[in-house]
Amino acid sequence: MVELAGVVKRYRRGRQQIEVLHGIDLRIAAGDFVALMGPSGSGKTTLLNLVGGLDRPSAGTVTVAGRRLDALSGTELARWRARHVGFVFQFYNLLPMLSAWRNVELPLLLTGLSGAERKRRALIALQLVGLGSRAKHRPGELSGGEEQRVAIARAVVSDPKLLVCDEPTGDLDRHTADDILGLLQALNRDHGKTIVMVTHDPKAADYARRRIHLDKGLLDAVRAA
Amino acid sequence: MKYLVLVLAGLRRHRSRSLLTLASILAAFLLFGFLDGVRTVFGAGTDTYGLDRLIVTSRLSLIQPLPLSQLARILALDGVAAAAHANWFGGVYQDRRNFFPNIAVSPASWLATHPEIGLGAAEREAFLTTRAGALVGEDLAARFGWRIGDRLPLEGTIFPHRNGSNTWTFEVVGIMRATDEERAAFAGELLFRYDYFDEGRTQGQGTVGWYVVQLTDPARSNEVAQAIDALFRNSDAETKTQSEQAFNLAFAKQFGDIGLIVSAIMAAVFFTVLLVTANTMAQGVRERVGDIAILKTLGFRDGTVCALVVAEALALLLAGGCAGLGLAALALPTLSRSLRGQLPPLAVGVDTWLLGLAIMLGLGLAVGLPPALGALRLKIVDALARR
Repeated sequence: MVELAGVVKRYRRGRQQIEVLHGIDLRIAAGDFVALMGPSGSGKTTLLNLVGGLDRPSAGTVTVAGRRLDALSGTELARWRARHVGFVFQFYNLLPMLSAWRNVELPLLLTGLSGAERKRRALIALQLVGLGSRAKHRPGELSGGEEQRVAIARAVVSDPKLLVCDEPTGDLDRHTADDILGLLQALNRDHGKTIVMVTHDPKAADYARRRIHLDKGLLDAVRAA
Repeated sequence: MKYLVLVLAGLRRHRSRSLLTLASILAAFLLFGFLDGVRTVFGAGTDTYGLDRLIVTSRLSLIQPLPLSQLARILALDGVAAAAHANWFGGVYQDRRNFFPNIAVSPASWLATHPEIGLGAAEREAFLTTRAGALVGEDLAARFGWRIGDRLPLEGTIFPHRNGSNTWTFEVVGIMRATDEERAAFAGELLFRYDYFDEGRTQGQGTVGWYVVQLTDPARSNEVAQAIDALFRNSDAETKTQSEQAFNLAFAKQFGDIGLIVSAIMAAVFFTVLLVTANTMAQGVRERVGDIAILKTLGFRDGTVCALVVAEALALLLAGGCAGLGLAALALPTLSRSLRGQLPPLAVGVDTWLLGLAIMLGLGLAVGLPPALGALRLKIVDALARR
């Protein structure tokens, strides 16, 4: 599903060039649930951004679902993201002026579906995450856990094969975090979603099938969870 | 249309700021509707066709006098039913701020050529027989509380009195009432007898400011206007004959280039609107950098995000602009009626709507494009990292 070969990522900061990833080779099979762990500044989010097609490598290749992402233009990459990947962030990143179902509908605006069909699918996705009754509430009227569920519904509404999650429970209490991680696990187990999740939390990583450790831009070890 | 929800969500993000910006746009286009209505009237042609009354002035200038001897020659022309003459007096009542038009007229012929002036038989008779008699319009009488029999001193600013004083004294002998609201400009005027004026002034005897010519057939107005001007061509006092409306406009234009004044005011107003709206858009987009990054993350293309920002600016300008012009369209006829025929009917015409829409689109693009280009250039990774 995901294949990184010799991936290097450098950033320019002023006159300085900083190399964040130093030749990463990584394979993630379809249907896997991977926890990407490591200390702050190790390059986890940078690696996740490359897998999700939000950024391009400075060198090396990134292949996801058979497509070389490093070779796509900005427009092609946007179209690819819309079809193949769902995103879940630490701070939910919902649009505050839109209701829950309107937030979930967002990825479907990029399809040719009718308004009624978009709404139907958004409501189904909300039911899937247990928020069918909160469809008309705005993010400000929801709890943190509920907001993250809405974000997960948005990530899966267009039925992508890959979910990339950046610290999805980093802003939640233990109990709510367990609910969210259980939900992700169910999406992986019951719906076959491939999940790549960045986390600091070893308990969160327990929900994954395996862990990948990154330190100072290098893969440290790949272990079964 | 499916993106409308995003455009509206962007505007609702800071509801009070959007509403205040909307109000400033509305006010600007309301003013634009009024002023462009006036500008259109002043820019209109001066065709005399179909009008029953013509005004004859000097070809050189409105303030250049004409010899009274021309009256007989005008009256002798085919198509002329009657003619009267008038002279601007420019007197001041107590204070310069009390300005109102006061005009010396030929009494009998003036009333004959202006049937819209409503007077009782006794008032008419008094005006025709009282040397210092004056008629005051109903609005003017109400403004100063004047009644028949009152004596009014006016300070002559152009014409001193032969007796060495600047004060001319008149007796109110009638109140002029409107019988036709479209022709009721006299309601704010004071008319007095030309013979009293001509005898009392120290210079310019035997001259008049302008003639009013009543036609036998309105359909011949162009022909008669040309005939009058042809009559005095190459003389010492060449004439310019025009419709009453064109004369009123030319009179108002003496105070300045109305079109230029209106354009200058509008340029200042729209420049202010440009700054206000640009500030709203720039702030709005700056605060929503994260939202824009999320849309891009979800697969919205750069062009789509850019178009959404421009659409937001256009929605703001079109909503406020159309509301402002719509209000102007509703209010202008009322304003026009209150002028009681001093200007041709004022309205927000098709040209004003088209110009207004062009300005809305132009301003929308001008204020929407810079933040839209910023959104276009936004790097998802950087924006998400700042969130």
